[in-house]
Amino acid sequence: MSKLYHVILVFTFLMIVSVSGQAQCKHFAKQVCKKELTPYIHNGNYNAAILTEGETAEMYKTFYSQQNYRIYICESSVMPRIRFQVLDLNRNVLYDNKNNGYKMKWDFVPESSHQLIISLKVEDGKNGEDGEPISGCVAIMIGIKE
Amino acid sequence: MLVASFLLILTPGCNNNKNSDQKQSEEVVTVDSIDQQLIKDVKAVKEMFYSMPSPLEVAMILKQADKQYNRELLNSLNNTSQYVTTKSRALNLGIYSTDLSYSSLYDQTQTTINYINAAKKMADGLGILHAIDNNTIQRLEANVNNRDVILDIISETILNSSSFFKENNREAISTIVLIGGWIEGLYIATKLARENPTQEEINTCEMIARIADQKMALNTIMKLKEKYPDNQHLASVISEIEELDAIYQQISINSSQVVPVRDSTTQVTTLKSETTLTMTPQTYKQLKEKIDVIRTKFIS
Repeated sequence: MSKLYHVILVFTFLMIVSVSGQAQCKHFAKQVCKKELTPYIHNGNYNAAILTEGETAEMYKTFYSQQNYRIYICESSVMPRIRFQVLDLNRNVLYDNKNNGYKMKWDFVPESSHQLIISLKVEDGKNGEDGEPISGCVAIMIGIKE
Repeated sequence: MLVASFLLILTPGCNNNKNSDQKQSEEVVTVDSIDQQLIKDVKAVKEMFYSMPSPLEVAMILKQADKQYNRELLNSLNNTSQYVTTKSRALNLGIYSTDLSYSSLYDQTQTTINYINAAKKMADGLGILHAIDNNTIQRLEANVNNRDVILDIISETILNSSSFFKENNREAISTIVLIGGWIEGLYIATKLARENPTQEEINTCEMIARIADQKMALNTIMKLKEKYPDNQHLASVISEIEELDAIYQQISINSSQVVPVRDSTTQVTTLKSETTLTMTPQTYKQLKEKIDVIRTKFIS
């Protein structure tokens, strides 16, 4: 009974941490990240997650012919730098922010419609004061322009 | 838990917006070969997102491909009271969101306000707190002559909904909203394009090219089906979409290697490539009819 109680307690704690993290992430995306897309308009889709250093995330998305796009990778300030790449479906690299001073924004116009992959990795090596890996909110923001 | 080369000619319902001017400030960016380290990293991807076009994006694609606006194509505002299930409310939140985004891009302010009220009813019915509130509608009314602000408000309402669903582990419902908005965009696109296009018109019409491009969005929908296999509402919606997928499989889209060319003045990269679309008039007719059937089911 005591074991069951502890399992429920730990599960509840993890749920609260997760929901709380998501709520902070949502607030961060709305209040901080969205502004950086100007003069592009955010497409409205929410793609954010809590990532820890060393972790990766990917987004598959179709980008349409002759549309003006801005990709902006937004991270909370405590996080180590993020390497972000845009790849085609054969995983050829079309953009790598490592070759561009780790800029977090990329503006582009596809001549034809393509499915592309946005791949990002939180780099290692900036543990917190307690020696634990740092976690934080990372949002992939897609801006569009008329 | 944590998550065709198209030689475009001007025909009714078709539009050629391509700018063939070459800029002297362009530089070809070297495309790196396949990144082996990245492939290793992919094996350990923590979070995978499959992103469908949002209602705002759908509306922008429509406007880019064709300059016409047709109010008659929108879902009737009188239908709102008949949507009482989670599935119908989610689908029609997407449908009304595309309708209001489409209207806003043509400065149809009163229609936009009317449709945001319809979307609000759907969102309220789904229990989405504060996605669209009275303050949102007041801000819209106060900015009737400022399209940028209106688009920003619409973007914010879509973000409020999608983030609410994620926060509450109801992402499958968010997918249904996006499918609703996407089908509405396809419906409007097929109605704006020429009704019975010839093979040549299919090969040259930008709107038809954008309709064909949605084969790629269908791939995303099928991935989302795998991601949320246990949601019955989504399974029911996707069973309708699978019939559309079968028709889309008859369309062939071949693209050349993408070459990024960056304009050093504007810092904007053009992804240069050529695409060849192969679709017969018969396949287009089937596609159009199926979209009509699905949209009718969704709004009924």
